[in-house]
Amino acid sequence: MLPVRIIPCLDVRDGRVVKGVKFRGLRDQGDPAELARAYEEQGADEVVVLDVTATTEARGTRLDTVAAVRARLSVPLTVGGGIGGIEDAAALLEAGADKVAVNTAALRRPELLSELAARFGSQCVVVSIDALGCGGAPGGDGGYEVVVRSGTERVARGAIAWAREAVERGAGEILLTSIDRDGTRSGYELTLLRAVRSVVRVPIVASGGADSPAHMADAVGAGADAVLAASIFHQGNWTVEGVKEALARLEVSVRPGYREAVSA
Amino acid sequence: MREAAAPTVTVVRTSTANLASVLTGFERLGCRVRTTADPHKVTSADRLVLPGVGAFAAARRAIDAHDLADALCDRLERGRPTLGICLGMQLMASGSEEAPGVPGLGVLDCVAGNYESGDEGWRVPQMGWNLVAPDEGCEIVPRGYAYFANSYRLTTAPDGWRPVWCEYAGRFLAAVERGPVVGCQFHPELSGGYGRALLTRWLEA
Repeated sequence: MLPVRIIPCLDVRDGRVVKGVKFRGLRDQGDPAELARAYEEQGADEVVVLDVTATTEARGTRLDTVAAVRARLSVPLTVGGGIGGIEDAAALLEAGADKVAVNTAALRRPELLSELAARFGSQCVVVSIDALGCGGAPGGDGGYEVVVRSGTERVARGAIAWAREAVERGAGEILLTSIDRDGTRSGYELTLLRAVRSVVRVPIVASGGADSPAHMADAVGAGADAVLAASIFHQGNWTVEGVKEALARLEVSVRPGYREAVSA
Repeated sequence: MREAAAPTVTVVRTSTANLASVLTGFERLGCRVRTTADPHKVTSADRLVLPGVGAFAAARRAIDAHDLADALCDRLERGRPTLGICLGMQLMASGSEEAPGVPGLGVLDCVAGNYESGDEGWRVPQMGWNLVAPDEGCEIVPRGYAYFANSYRLTTAPDGWRPVWCEYAGRFLAAVERGPVVGCQFHPELSGGYGRALLTRWLEA
């Protein structure tokens, strides 16, 4: 296993970072490029930019935001939100994304994942899955269904089966968000993580519900390779560095030495 | 940033592949950056970067479509400052299991292989930060954590090159050096302060 990646997520609307509870009640949190740079200096292993309203309002992700973040950031950048097809993805990669996270468009037309993988390589293609518990048997497809349009629309698709298919079609990573937990600070949805982990070999980024390093350690124990969080970083409860120190005390492997560029 | 005149870095652009990270990475170090698919500019560039993401066969086709193979081999053999990144390093090898029968540039006498299937717990692609350890005598690639995103890799050190090692489902080549010619399986442009240190050394080599 590699050191677990700590990934601050910038939910962006109209060029500003926002963060709501369960995708509602958005409020302004700052400039994306400044925040991304600050998080890199704190030791972030990667940054995710999600245009949270792009799909809902049927507009493309802001390319200028991506370019501005890229100009400041020297760790990997994943961008998602409103990617309707291969040209949207190409434009984002050209603007400076290293990976694109595809959600609604891949559900509508799963071949998109294969086309993206063939053109850019699987390592560029992240499938973003927003899962909602639906009271079925835990771990089975009856347990979680996929939702789209920032959690406002159900698609009658089991989350576990969709994860498996997305990887078979070429996704090189899964960004797995529990809509039930998003913004609640009650911890990642571990049963969902275990269920997806059991069917795919690609890395999984756990998302939705983080409030503490202990939650992140739990997610790693459930099969996550990376943990994404927004509120706890934006609101200053934790720095990335503080999270890493706490995880190290919990015996979770993190990337050390980001302050010293080179060790002897 | 440096006192001396800003070095110019030429980046090979053979397709619409994402180059923004590479370009901005060198720009932050004060370099002038240009892209080219012209074999004469590949030959004459002071410092050349061969980036690469995506599929081995498609990348080789793109090199051939622009008639760049001879110019690339020539500068690699002559020891002109050249940096191959990720697939760009694998293209320096003689081939890849990803595309049997498709030749690489053949400067590194080895073949890129797949990660073994059935290695429980090893995710493929390798995606994240891993510790790279240069052999004695390496002058450009430091020891430290670098960012990888790869499904294939080289495992044997080619004759005449200094190896930099890494572990992921077994030992593999994180990088190779021969003077100012460097191939990196990882992405220095995405490796934060570690990457900046490496690129700075390469610019001074």
